[in-house]
Amino acid sequence: MKEGQQMSQSVKESEAAYNIIQEQFGSAISVFDANETMPFFEVLDVSRWTEIALFMRDHTKLKFNYLACLSGVDYPTEEKVGVVYNCESLGIFNHKLAVKIRCSRQGGSIPSVAYVWHTANWHEREAFDMYGMTFTGHPDLTRILCPDDWVGHPLLKDYKVQETYHGIKVPY
Amino acid sequence: MQELDTVGQGSVRITRKNDNIVVIEKDLITEQMVLAMGPQHPSTHGVLKLECFTDGEVITEAIPCLGYLHRCFEKTCERVDYPAVVPYTDRLDYLAAMNTEFAYAIAVEKLLDIEIPRRVEFIRVIVAELNRIASHLVAIGTYGIDLGAFTPFLFCFRDREIILGLLEWASGARMLYNYIWIGGLAYDVPSDFLKRVKEFVNYFKPKAVELCNLLTENEIFVKRTWGIGMMPADVAINYGWSGPMLRGSGVKWDLRRNDPYSIYPELDFNIPVPDGKSSVVGDCLSRHLVRAYEMDESLKIIEQCLEKIPSSEGFNSRSAIPKRIRPKAGEVYARAENPRGELGFYIESDGKSTKPVRCKARSSCFVNLSAMKDMSKGQLIPDLVAIIGSIDIVLGEVDR
Repeated sequence: MKEGQQMSQSVKESEAAYNIIQEQFGSAISVFDANETMPFFEVLDVSRWTEIALFMRDHTKLKFNYLACLSGVDYPTEEKVGVVYNCESLGIFNHKLAVKIRCSRQGGSIPSVAYVWHTANWHEREAFDMYGMTFTGHPDLTRILCPDDWVGHPLLKDYKVQETYHGIKVPY
Repeated sequence: MQELDTVGQGSVRITRKNDNIVVIEKDLITEQMVLAMGPQHPSTHGVLKLECFTDGEVITEAIPCLGYLHRCFEKTCERVDYPAVVPYTDRLDYLAAMNTEFAYAIAVEKLLDIEIPRRVEFIRVIVAELNRIASHLVAIGTYGIDLGAFTPFLFCFRDREIILGLLEWASGARMLYNYIWIGGLAYDVPSDFLKRVKEFVNYFKPKAVELCNLLTENEIFVKRTWGIGMMPADVAINYGWSGPMLRGSGVKWDLRRNDPYSIYPELDFNIPVPDGKSSVVGDCLSRHLVRAYEMDESLKIIEQCLEKIPSSEGFNSRSAIPKRIRPKAGEVYARAENPRGELGFYIESDGKSTKPVRCKARSSCFVNLSAMKDMSKGQLIPDLVAIIGSIDIVLGEVDR
């Protein structure tokens, strides 16, 4: 966000929501990134994420009852993978806020929010399938789009496809 | 039916005596049987496999298995330029390709921060709404087939054919259009196109009523869907449902109104929500009714667009398309109301490359389908077919 530029109404709403979360969790979350296209904050203390998610869903002034999207992301230069959550208060306040979490590229894990928002169940399976981070506490963390015995996680930037799969040549 | 909660322990038999009497016998000696429905089963609308654990006629659990149609959409996006993603988005929801392109174009335009000519916006809305009607016609027609009514399907496809003809005339393709480009359109519409759309609207209005008489008020159809596959509003929101599925549960939520994009704020249309008189709010019939009534609203939108659309004089459909599409560094999550619900694109740009660093499609069917496991518990096998049909899945979008 450039200096002097006016913040739009929706970003202001997101910031108000962020301030409530910030008050409760302090240094566990990062500062607010007030960009126009997708305002977000990052969870720095990953272990508190479920707590934050429940707070976001149930606080009387937040009511983020709707998880619109959950996307896995790869950050190869930082040796990290992450997840972006797009939360929204559907039909109550209409404010939106994105949350980012990062974890280690090798064997990293993120607390699951499948019990907070049911949407997360399949989306977390997809993120695990594509990026390989695990979600602790997930009810059924298996691959969803690739076959169960597939090797590797396809959306990683340095992914190399396996030579053969059940005797079938894979790269064409 | 509260009694069915114990179905998980097995040994239950349900018999329907007549209209409202259901006899439930417990503690019978039965055996659990695993029944694979699909991937080549006509009522799964594509290559979806449902692993059904059955106890007699009752389903104790149905687990959807996906991925048969996975074509690495997101990986492909990272290898091609922004405009080259458009044809791939067509292949997500191939029954409503215009709407899918529309959503993707909105997402990239938000990152680029460019102004779109007004005529482009009107044409986009017209073709998207036409495609919405075509998509709902398929949904309604095939839903009839799922429940044993073949005739409405023929009626639906007869009218859908006209829409496909119109869209083919505009874009050159019948289903996978590559028509809505980032910042504009591939071509302006042909000179007589708007007149023919008007003719279609006039033609289709009575046909929509006819379809209602044929299917929506058909007693057999109503009996097969009334009170089946119930989904309360709060659970639906928690599951991330959107579109006709969410509205079928009584939540008045439409992105065209609640998170407006393009020229929708200027247009006047209703958001049909079941009132609980002709269906139980949250059942399969409600979802079907929402789709049926939504077609009328789409016609209304098209009519208004035809009146307000600026003339084609001095219009170039590609005038706002940047020479080189390279958005500034940043992320965006943008969505649009598709026939099946909220289709969102999460796009990350690094500001240097002409290819997206990450492009995730948030598919509405994928999310809607994830409630299948809970919805199928304790249902009869024929009702399971009614439930899948009411979700209106397109496997191209589920598996991506």
